[in-house]
Amino acid sequence: MTDLAFLLNGTPVRLCGVNPTRTLLQYLREDRGLTGTKEGCNEGDCGACTVIVSDESGPRAMNACILFLPQLQGKSIRTVEALSGPSGEMHPVQQAMIDHHGSQCGFCTPGFIASMAAAHAQGRRDHDVVLAGNLCRCTGYAPIIRAAEAAAAQPVPDWMRDDAAFICSEISSGVRGQTAPGAFRPETTDELADWYEAHPEATLVAGATDIGLWVTKQLRDLPEVAFLNGIADLQRIETQGDSIRIGAGVTLTDLHAAMAGPHPHFAAMLTRFASEQVRNAATIGGNIANGSPIGDGPPALIALGARLHLRKGAARRDLPLEDFFLDYRKQDRQPGEFVEAVTIPARAPGLRVWKLSKRFDQDISAVLGAFNLTVADGTITAARIAFGGMAGIPKRAAAMEAALIGQPFARPAFEAARAAAAQDFTPLSDMRASAAYRLEAAGNMALRYFHDLSGTATDLHEVRA
Amino acid sequence: MSMGKSLPHDAAALHVTGAARYTDDIPLPADALHLAFGLSTCAHGAITAMDLSAVRAAPGVVAVFSAEDWSEMPDCSPSLGDEPLLATGEVHYVGQPVFLVVADSHLAARKAARLGKISYDERPALLTVEAALAANSRFEAGPVIWARGDAAAAIGKAPQVVEGQFEVGGQEHFYLEGQVAAVLPQEGGDMVVYASTQHPTEIQHKVAHALHLPMSAVRVETRRMGGGFGGKESQGNHLAIACAMAARATGRPCKMRYDRDDDMVITGKRHDLKIGYRAGFDATGRILGVEFTHLFRCGWSQDLSLPVADRAMLHADNAYFLEHIRIESHRLRTNTQSNTAYRGFGGPQGVVGIERVVDHVAHALKLDPVAVRRRNFYAEMAEGGLSAPPVPPEDISEQMKSGAFRAAAPGTGHRYGGAHSPKAVVQATPYGMPVEDFCLRAMLDELERSSDYAARRAEIARWNAGSPVLKRGIALTPVKFGISFTLTWLNQAGALVHVYQDGSIRLNHGGTEMGQGLFLKVAQVAASVFGVDVAAVKITATDTAKVPNTSATAASSGSDMNGMAAQAACLTIRDRMAAFMAGKFGVEPGQVRFEGGMVRVAGEAFAFAQVAAWAYQARVSLSATGFYATPKLQWDRVKGQGRPFLYFAYGAAVTEVVIDTLTGENRILRTDILHDTGASLNPAIDIGQVEGAYVQGAGWLTTEELVWDGKGRLMTHAPSTYKIPACSDRPPVFNVALWNRPNREETAGRSKAVGEPPFMLGISALMALSDAVAACGDGAAYPALDAPATAERVLAAVQRQGGDA
Repeated sequence: MTDLAFLLNGTPVRLCGVNPTRTLLQYLREDRGLTGTKEGCNEGDCGACTVIVSDESGPRAMNACILFLPQLQGKSIRTVEALSGPSGEMHPVQQAMIDHHGSQCGFCTPGFIASMAAAHAQGRRDHDVVLAGNLCRCTGYAPIIRAAEAAAAQPVPDWMRDDAAFICSEISSGVRGQTAPGAFRPETTDELADWYEAHPEATLVAGATDIGLWVTKQLRDLPEVAFLNGIADLQRIETQGDSIRIGAGVTLTDLHAAMAGPHPHFAAMLTRFASEQVRNAATIGGNIANGSPIGDGPPALIALGARLHLRKGAARRDLPLEDFFLDYRKQDRQPGEFVEAVTIPARAPGLRVWKLSKRFDQDISAVLGAFNLTVADGTITAARIAFGGMAGIPKRAAAMEAALIGQPFARPAFEAARAAAAQDFTPLSDMRASAAYRLEAAGNMALRYFHDLSGTATDLHEVRA
Repeated sequence: MSMGKSLPHDAAALHVTGAARYTDDIPLPADALHLAFGLSTCAHGAITAMDLSAVRAAPGVVAVFSAEDWSEMPDCSPSLGDEPLLATGEVHYVGQPVFLVVADSHLAARKAARLGKISYDERPALLTVEAALAANSRFEAGPVIWARGDAAAAIGKAPQVVEGQFEVGGQEHFYLEGQVAAVLPQEGGDMVVYASTQHPTEIQHKVAHALHLPMSAVRVETRRMGGGFGGKESQGNHLAIACAMAARATGRPCKMRYDRDDDMVITGKRHDLKIGYRAGFDATGRILGVEFTHLFRCGWSQDLSLPVADRAMLHADNAYFLEHIRIESHRLRTNTQSNTAYRGFGGPQGVVGIERVVDHVAHALKLDPVAVRRRNFYAEMAEGGLSAPPVPPEDISEQMKSGAFRAAAPGTGHRYGGAHSPKAVVQATPYGMPVEDFCLRAMLDELERSSDYAARRAEIARWNAGSPVLKRGIALTPVKFGISFTLTWLNQAGALVHVYQDGSIRLNHGGTEMGQGLFLKVAQVAASVFGVDVAAVKITATDTAKVPNTSATAASSGSDMNGMAAQAACLTIRDRMAAFMAGKFGVEPGQVRFEGGMVRVAGEAFAFAQVAAWAYQARVSLSATGFYATPKLQWDRVKGQGRPFLYFAYGAAVTEVVIDTLTGENRILRTDILHDTGASLNPAIDIGQVEGAYVQGAGWLTTEELVWDGKGRLMTHAPSTYKIPACSDRPPVFNVALWNRPNREETAGRSKAVGEPPFMLGISALMALSDAVAACGDGAAYPALDAPATAERVLAAVQRQGGDA
């Protein structure tokens, strides 16, 4: 049980004795009667539960179904019921959705409205990216996009600025650290390190975009849990000479922004990493520590040559990221040890990252291929290639790399790399793809690399009717 | 006149503010209980032991029920009586409800439901149509066969033949609002049910049956659903019945909603099937004879599978006059979810079969598939031709017996380019229904022009020649879809209209609102009768206590039938008001006019509210029921002959795609649609239906893949693994236009039904992928794409072409 305080639709809320794994959606619908926010899937995949969560970094859309209440400490939450003005005037996205016939059954609509209002406040125009995490089964999305485009021309209403002006410290005073057994909310990495060393069986929750499902789908209880999203010094991105150190608590959204300059192809893939709502909550540290064989971050980071920084109490060590992943769901991590940061080079012009999934947006990868080649005077001098979805861990493709290194940058080398994929991987068949398809596509990505750098059109998204 | 206006959805302002109330949003008394099912983990077997002690001991649990707790197991089936609420000794699929938990919270019920320990004596499970066919596991004694002419002989004599078999996957409805119902016990054992259902009367009937109550003791109310798509025609029965049983046992209000994973594991989906075909044709692409075999995977219980498979047969012709045709339909019983109604109700499965054949024929002849489509189209309707006087059914059957339609047909139906013969030739469908309203030749003329089809097709060929990795493809496919329930008695609807003394109007009818805008369309009809603004018409929840014996809101029939019923009720009241005013002013009733919110009589104009008040004071009844029975229908299901439909709705789509030959990934680039909704009651609503149906149809055939493992477990049971189209999957260029010609038949405002027909426009996406795959080869091998054409299947098809980027 824990105590916490946040702002809900402009009104301060202070809660005592909260079950730390109670979700915001349960709280809104069951405790507050705020039934505008809907449950569509209870796993963060449909967006019907989207709300706007604001803090110092501004308003962001998040999935209420997999947000635990302690994650909201000191935040401001705005639900669909509170997006209209004080005298009932519609928010521009609400009015546009009416005018453009953007709702049919209306069940997904509150989530769309929340996503659209958050994006509207941010001045976003990339509506397909913003709305990739909101599923609509009725409209085919066309009228919703027309509404988003129309609303983008309207100014942000005054009443939407109130949350930004809200000073979180006013409400968070007096609520710090461990206030009840079982739940801990550190505000520094040092606090976390000490506590976790003493509580190595605890579950660390950063964005809860995966652990949330342990609770909502597997119906697990989490007896001991620490919530990390209040640790400011874990959320830094620092450029140090020719490398970039990324704190484990950096969200995928912030990582995307930081990568757009140095690693545009990595950044482009990150726009397809889950959805806007998930990226706003999920962290790169969580993506790594989770150890999933189909996480999208690790293969790209491995191809970049990332080093991982681990910490246990006061002790720190670091290792190449690929060495962290030992076996399926098994990592080189000691009890009480946690991921503190990851460091990548600031330059890798030869990096290409390709995500292959059944649906283009907001899907889990069947294969994620990351290629980082260095070519000098027409010869491939270095190659780091890593895949997700091809083994029990994110894994380098040693044979593919060997087939390329030292070879002229020409089709035969990439044909050889394609053929070598079968030496590197024995993938599984599952509901996302067959083993044969995974292997075929992974190999073909080598050929895509050749075509892409040779100027042949390979990007579906650059084709227009 | 509010009919024909593009008004926004009546609940739009409620939707966007979160104020629209769905079943789970209805506040219940504080003592309400929450239900969850414990599910079978075995695809087929006998229950040998069940230990529910941990379930009973779990926190918050109030009661637990299994088959042994009830002397009689309620049935949930809409058809055969073969769906016990809880398994009785045997289980027939993974996900079948076995026991029922009643707890003080939704979460407590879900947690407890995981604690049951059930042992099974596992039996072999039939998971595929091949396995079911081999075991002769089916509904009905054997396959249903409908035929016209002699297909085998025609194919035997044909210059060329294509044949093949392909898979067409099922489809999860993925209504955003999952299944949910709540039951509030009333005095004397009566029950009030709130349910997210397309069929309140069926819920009423099944709850009454379960509780041994007369239907009059059960009232079902449905304000709106968060999507239905056919998935709430029969699949909500279990929740409402479970709540009713628990409410009776506990005396407390009970609510049940499926968590999404449970919803997908428990409920039926669109029928998947395998379609075998053999077609003979001539050098011009004229199909001389065609045979189809449909292998439907119906799942464990009958549900609605028979009429679904029937409708597939009724749409095996789609838009084409097929003189010699034979359709053999197997309705196979398997140990999987019981597949059910889904937008199109088998029609899409029938249409995709003949569209595949046409595509295959065109490939074999190296012709533009559009030329082959036109070559086989039905004869175009006569110009004008509004509202032909109803033909008495006996005349139809006489003509059918004499073969009059068929005799007129051969050799006359293959004019190109929409040339209209001055003399109308009416061809009949394989089941003997004259196609009197065919307009696809003219529609294709318009669509090919507006989409610039021919020039783009040529440009794509040029582009492909210079693009080794990416290939584009384009396809135009038509749809002709029959409107009416094939179970003729369902083609009836009722309405109840009140005019209050202040002039406000309260409208109720038997249709349900699932987002399709039905309530608004019917309100527009009602407002038009009274000549008032639609805002004067109060839209109310569907309620079995107001309009009884309703049919499901299904078969696209909602606005046709309920619109006409409401119109009848409104006309009754308006006639009374007119007669009263005529008497008051000494004119004929026909001289009293209702328009612009006013009642005009004898040179004067009075506000509608004023007239309502006068009529009330004059003791004129201002309440009326309305009733509608769809005319002209006559259908003999056993023979497969008759007129099952009042009319056909038409449409056509051009889709362009691009594929990546290295991975099979693909995108839709542009879609142009021309669709026939008659004289639209609300063009904005209709365009919304068309856009949404297209994207849903394209999803069915591309990314929406249902996967079961070898034990019969559905592996794609959440949106994380089952991929409906997301925002960026819509065509980035998406031009949708309505044909907007009046319906030949007398429907509300001469509009046409729109819910299902445009779903089949998504087939153009599959055929465009086929075209793009074909561009990877030399024309020797037909792409033969299975559906859904996932990236994996597209890549496999590219490899079969032998090409290599």
